[in-house]
Amino acid sequence: MPRTYNYYGMEVLSEMGIPTIYKSPEEAVADIPDGASVMIGGFGHAVDKPQALLKALANRSVKNLTIISNSAGAAGALGIGSLGGKPFIDEEVLIKNGLVRKAVCSVPASLVISKPNAFERLYREGKIELEYVPQGTLAERIRAGGAGLGGFYTPTGVGTLIEEGKETRVIGGRKMVFEAALKADYALIRAYKADTRGNLIFRGIMRAFNAIMPQAVKTAIVEVEEMVEAGELDPEVIVTPGIFVDRIVRIPGREG
Amino acid sequence: MKERLSREVIALRAAREFPDGAVVNLGGGIPSLAANFVPEGRRVIFHAENGVLGFGPIPSRESEEKDHMLGANGAPFIALPGMCFFHHADSFGMIRGGHIDITVLGALQVSEEGDLANWTFPKRGLGNIGGGMDLAFGCRKVIATMQHTSPEGEPKILKKCTYPLTAPRCVSLVVTDIAVIEVSEAGLVLKEVAPGWTEGDVQALTEPKLIIDKNMKEIEL
Repeated sequence: MPRTYNYYGMEVLSEMGIPTIYKSPEEAVADIPDGASVMIGGFGHAVDKPQALLKALANRSVKNLTIISNSAGAAGALGIGSLGGKPFIDEEVLIKNGLVRKAVCSVPASLVISKPNAFERLYREGKIELEYVPQGTLAERIRAGGAGLGGFYTPTGVGTLIEEGKETRVIGGRKMVFEAALKADYALIRAYKADTRGNLIFRGIMRAFNAIMPQAVKTAIVEVEEMVEAGELDPEVIVTPGIFVDRIVRIPGREG
Repeated sequence: MKERLSREVIALRAAREFPDGAVVNLGGGIPSLAANFVPEGRRVIFHAENGVLGFGPIPSRESEEKDHMLGANGAPFIALPGMCFFHHADSFGMIRGGHIDITVLGALQVSEEGDLANWTFPKRGLGNIGGGMDLAFGCRKVIATMQHTSPEGEPKILKKCTYPLTAPRCVSLVVTDIAVIEVSEAGLVLKEVAPGWTEGDVQALTEPKLIIDKNMKEIEL
């Protein structure tokens, strides 16, 4: 993928300011190549996962993806985080279909020990890589990536396996560990409503990682429940400014 | 065999630690039950790491459940006046930034220095760090709730944790099914015992030497 840089030598992380509206999730993810890094939004509940985009991507024959997400498919199959305990699509669909080489996440394993997920099975066979990141560190690494920072020092993880191999320093009398910013090629995001400029609003708990990932990637792909003309969303309540969003696809009704 | 406290009673005892006006994050399992036992007259603002503050209890009718109103443990909640939503970077900024007063976390092991291990054990080979590490490092007070011993009867309060740590020296109070133990500079202080249990009974199931508080009493149910 060609890389472009600004005057300061920083990688330019976005397509142009006006998003493209796609007719289907399949078209919206059609160009994600082998070896791409893909952030996946949400916390891990049915309403916050980009289920249509995940399904579309899982049906492609792409290999060696690195996924950056809170979870590597820990709850969807169990129906934890949906009304009535109904199973829903999460990252596990990508892992099951063999698209993923590495997961960068805080919750790789199934939430129920006796019901292992696809990630655990592959991990125990040595067929998939894992980078553990505490959830708050993951959020901040993504935020830093989108904000043009190199990283930050955090107390989280000092004296645990998270510290291993990382630079540390004492700040204000407290030992802290350096965590590098995270960026990626793509993000798959779920929002409630978008306008034609890409401005996003959410409902309830949907913001989670969805509201911080579009900033940190070159191509942010968003599935929304509703699409409106620019000017129809109140500028006072927009959560994600439209320039971070590159592709929008409206999904018919809600899945999960 | 002496009777041990139920999960609900452990949660009830932990909830007595919430002062009026406290911002509290509850982990999964026993800690999540503490939401039902906030002492009367105290206003507690609950935080869930998936981006909500000031939410209410589980709805009494299924028709009131909403898919965009679910806590970090997956359970639905009802809206309360003053509730607000935010994204993950803000949510963990609150945690690391010291804006959350108390977290109650489940524990697999706690050491005499207050080290916490709660995310995996060697036999599993991998585990879920989730938000627990940030909570243990960032919250002003960490309460650990646990069964006092493993299913095999082995102590879980140890001189040193043998499982991978969540955070060193973070726990200030341990509430188990037989005792309430405070972590102090001098060591572990036995403050309360379950009805029918003696300090000797508790010591026999605890690896480090306990300091017996001079006002030690029975846990009030």
